[in-house]
Amino acid sequence: MDASIAGILALDGLGNGAVYALLALATVLVFAVTRVIFIPQGEFVAFGALTLALLQSGKVPGTVWFLLALAAAVVVQDLAAGLRQRRPAARLASQALRTLAWPVGVSLLALWAAPRGLPLLAQAALTVALVTPFGPLLYRLAYESLADASVLVLLIVSVGVHFALVGLGLYFFGAEGFRNPSFWDQRFQFGGLTLAGQTVIIFAASIGLIVGLWLFFERSLAGKALRATAVNRLGARLMGISSAAAGRLSFTMAAFIGALSGLLIGPTTTVFYDSGFLIGLKGFVAAVFAGLSSYPLALVGALGVGLLESFGSFWASAFKEVIVFSTILPVLLWRSLRDPHGEEH
Amino acid sequence: MGQALLEVVGLKAGYGRAEVLSGLDFRLEAGQVVTLIGPNGAGKSTTLNALMGILPARGRIHFDGRDLVGTTLEERVMGGLALVPEKRELFGTMTVEDNLVLGGYRAMKQRVPEWRSELSRVYELFPRLKERRTQFAGTLSGGERQMLAVGRALMSRPRLLMLDEPSLGLAPLIVREVFRIIAALREQGTSILLVEQNARAALEVADHGYVLETGAIALSGPASILADDPRVIDTYLGASAQR
Amino acid sequence: MLALPLLPVPDFWITQSIYIGLYALVALGLVLLTGIAGLTSFGQAAFVGLGAYTAAYLATQTGLSPWLTLPLGVALSVVTALVLGSLTLRMSGHYLPLATIAWGLALNYTMANMDWLGKYDGILGIPTIKLFGADLGTGRALHPLVWALALLAAVGCTHLLDSRPGRAIRAVKDGATMAEAMGMSTFRYKLTAFVLAAALAAVSGWLFAHFQRSVSPSPFGINKGIEYLFMAVLGGVGHVWGAFLGSAVVRLVEDELQVLLPKLIGTSGNFEIIVFGLVLVAVLKYAPDGLWTFAQRRLPARRRVRDWADAAALPARDKPARGEPMLEVVAARKAFGGLVAVNDVSFEVRSGDIVGLIGPNGAGKSTTFNLVTGVLPLTAGQVRFRGQPVGGLSSREIARRGMSRTFQHVKMIPEMTVLENVALGTYLRSRSGVVRALLRLDRAEERQLFAEAERQLARVGMADRMFETAGNLALGTQRLMEIARALATDPALLLLDEPAAGLRHKEKQALAEVLRQLRAEGLSILLVEHDMEFVMGLTDRIVVMEFGTKLMEGTPLEVQASPAVRAAYLGTEH
Repeated sequence: MDASIAGILALDGLGNGAVYALLALATVLVFAVTRVIFIPQGEFVAFGALTLALLQSGKVPGTVWFLLALAAAVVVQDLAAGLRQRRPAARLASQALRTLAWPVGVSLLALWAAPRGLPLLAQAALTVALVTPFGPLLYRLAYESLADASVLVLLIVSVGVHFALVGLGLYFFGAEGFRNPSFWDQRFQFGGLTLAGQTVIIFAASIGLIVGLWLFFERSLAGKALRATAVNRLGARLMGISSAAAGRLSFTMAAFIGALSGLLIGPTTTVFYDSGFLIGLKGFVAAVFAGLSSYPLALVGALGVGLLESFGSFWASAFKEVIVFSTILPVLLWRSLRDPHGEEH
Repeated sequence: MGQALLEVVGLKAGYGRAEVLSGLDFRLEAGQVVTLIGPNGAGKSTTLNALMGILPARGRIHFDGRDLVGTTLEERVMGGLALVPEKRELFGTMTVEDNLVLGGYRAMKQRVPEWRSELSRVYELFPRLKERRTQFAGTLSGGERQMLAVGRALMSRPRLLMLDEPSLGLAPLIVREVFRIIAALREQGTSILLVEQNARAALEVADHGYVLETGAIALSGPASILADDPRVIDTYLGASAQR
Repeated sequence: MLALPLLPVPDFWITQSIYIGLYALVALGLVLLTGIAGLTSFGQAAFVGLGAYTAAYLATQTGLSPWLTLPLGVALSVVTALVLGSLTLRMSGHYLPLATIAWGLALNYTMANMDWLGKYDGILGIPTIKLFGADLGTGRALHPLVWALALLAAVGCTHLLDSRPGRAIRAVKDGATMAEAMGMSTFRYKLTAFVLAAALAAVSGWLFAHFQRSVSPSPFGINKGIEYLFMAVLGGVGHVWGAFLGSAVVRLVEDELQVLLPKLIGTSGNFEIIVFGLVLVAVLKYAPDGLWTFAQRRLPARRRVRDWADAAALPARDKPARGEPMLEVVAARKAFGGLVAVNDVSFEVRSGDIVGLIGPNGAGKSTTFNLVTGVLPLTAGQVRFRGQPVGGLSSREIARRGMSRTFQHVKMIPEMTVLENVALGTYLRSRSGVVRALLRLDRAEERQLFAEAERQLARVGMADRMFETAGNLALGTQRLMEIARALATDPALLLLDEPAAGLRHKEKQALAEVLRQLRAEGLSILLVEHDMEFVMGLTDRIVVMEFGTKLMEGTPLEVQASPAVRAAYLGTEH
């Protein structure tokens, strides 16, 4: 291998790694705040990519109906619980309205906008607006009532949610695969290397998001409240910070990051309704490397996974997945010995 | 006298199968410092945890005109109840200032005007915290952690401040300072429910006292009178049965 | 079930039944691994694949008889399980299931990428099994073999669960502390469950290969691994028959949904996984114990027959002489970084004494207790038991020497009966292993163990409650049961950690009475306690601690009269 091939592989690996980094950050965030190991993170990526692709072809994306169905399910669940607890009807009605406001609003917007062929950036924004509300809705449906359950139970629930989402994804999006256009078609030359505009955008978006997250957690009260929930749940509750609010916010952020990642991987990958799992898994490996707790390590791990995948596929393409997954084991062992948990009960 | 700020009737609570409190009755007037003393295992912390909503409880808890039983912990915090728990529950990997600012979360949510000015008042009360405002809470000494925990609870401008064994694990000199601060808070009109193992210090600073023994109130009375009562030490040393 | 093929049942249902049997074998392994030992594995499908590929490769490439490839496949699975287990089982909490996902994926991709295994196309043309010259084929004739093996496995598991190693596997579920204190090696029993589950999966794989007559990587991937766990959880992961129930429900419903849903929805595709996912979440939210518990309520409860009246006694320790120093704590010191929690504390417990360790909150009593019981290592100083230094020994070794303990929060197995819980204490005095348990050769020793357990329950006054489920007892009775379990280890010194905590007045009196009786029989007792009344009326001597140091030592009267103790408890004046 000479320097130019190494350079191409490295660039390729880092580009992928940047996307994995976003997913890893989202996974660490969700786990830190809610103790949920969120396996379906990759589904947000797939849904984001598919939504943009369908908007691009002028169709109303299945995301709209999917979103409305989820919102309806949450409303039904809340009404059932509210009736059982005999809450006043006015409160139940206002709660339902608040749940439905954004999903219905953005769905109507999508119905109007889809056939009009808006510019790419506008469609990208619409995509993010459609996929992000999936996060808090899923949290409320599957996880909120299990807030005190063990990490293991929450993990199995995540597996169930993953299956449901993949199956429903098939129903709402169909079995077709899509490729998205690049956001920036320029190509830049550095020495012997060609840098695609899309890769620049990926790096810029990743850095932008990481800086944004850092500012959010360090400077805003909401961000500090989320951190506090992750650091000491009882202490946070004693301050009046409810775990449910923290959970919904962290899932909203995870869905946002997932949707964004879906937009970014568009041109390099053909995305199907079930592509999310494998993509999410790579981010997941990086998050595990970080012990599901350290953001800088998640970043390093993700870039590492990207590079390992890229160089591995050059040398031993068949075994690149085996290599990636096998490396988790010693990492997990090291992590587990470093943070000894108490007994799991 | 009017309605008490806090009135507890027949409080029962426990952990799983263990029943710890077998029916407590006590009350606290606004502006008072009431102390709950007694030997270890008597149920003092359990009482505060039950009042705060960390534990499920049965009985009646009347606070500021509302019944708390059935409400969530967060709702009680929003209603003006604050607890400094036995284990402090600080945010160790966050700075002193962040811990205090988070204490003001309730005030922010309820749009209390100028809630941030409370921060300077807390720094006045605890100058050592101001010195260490950018340090991580986990690196503070035991006494400083205690002060941070109290300061954080004060940030929410609570109607009732509950302290769970503030002298726990602290050297005698620091304990003295802690009680000096409690006395200062009392001067400012803060209502305080104080749970303590250190009976002498607690009775010195309180208006009224209750002695808890194995889940029930054994003695009660004005703090100054209780301080001279020989029966108090008997409950601590298990000699009350022999009298 | 074995006779099903003889009935005029259509071939379709025979095939379904074969699949259910195959799945049940794997689910049984999960019952053992996840339900009993508490180790969640998403990777069992990979072991099925190991068994299947071994059978397929050897049958097609070497013409080896299937009856030889079976033990080879199982052996490969066992070796792999030993290697993976040594790595995975040392992990705690949620790292373990993550690791199972990791190696499940790694093994699956390995199978999919080997040329000599046919990559994604797999191996075709696997011959059928022949038994005594008769060809079992892939239909009605294979069915009895599948179910014979499945039922044999179920019976084996049932035997295992009602035996010494079975109880040990149950004990490791809640964490290592109690199991190690009773002398069990948690790692060894976790590994046992892991290896057995892998072996069962391999048998299923062998049958699968000869049933489908072709193998490819896809049925052994992570999706299937999750599905196996789902079957076990749905059926009831803590019950042997739950494995069969779960497998049957999943197989039959899944098939129906595969036909039904595309018709309802109007397009083709694998929609049944939606239902699958939703049901999984719902089961965890609303029925975490699985479906079998509903069935179990309708079945008559099986009560153990008391057949150990004339069992021989277990080997007993020689009893110490009166006044012999049992426990000597000499200048024990424990520092956590800069904080000295226990500061050169010395005291001793002589044979036939009840010594109490008391002090205000934060005095260091629990830390001292943990130093003596081997839960924490000493920073300096010595702890001697009957003259031998024991500082730094593991809990297991300390239990072996004759010190036995109870716990502040009762640690027991709520699903087992009182008698079985107490029998846990006899672990170190017995020997039956997994093989003897599976073959039911351990009955004689079991009778001895239960006789001993009953004897100890009688000592604490609970003999009449030995068949009750431990989880249903009141706290006071659970504490007494814990003491009986500790007594079943035949200790010379009993260590009690806040035995009176959370007890009602009458329960405390009963407990004190039991302890006095034990002392009269020559047992030495050290107890850590908060309840002063309890301690004053019971102990011979009291050691008072404050701020990590020993304040004083004396009789209850001396302690109550001491001004230093009063000051320590009431606080100093300001």
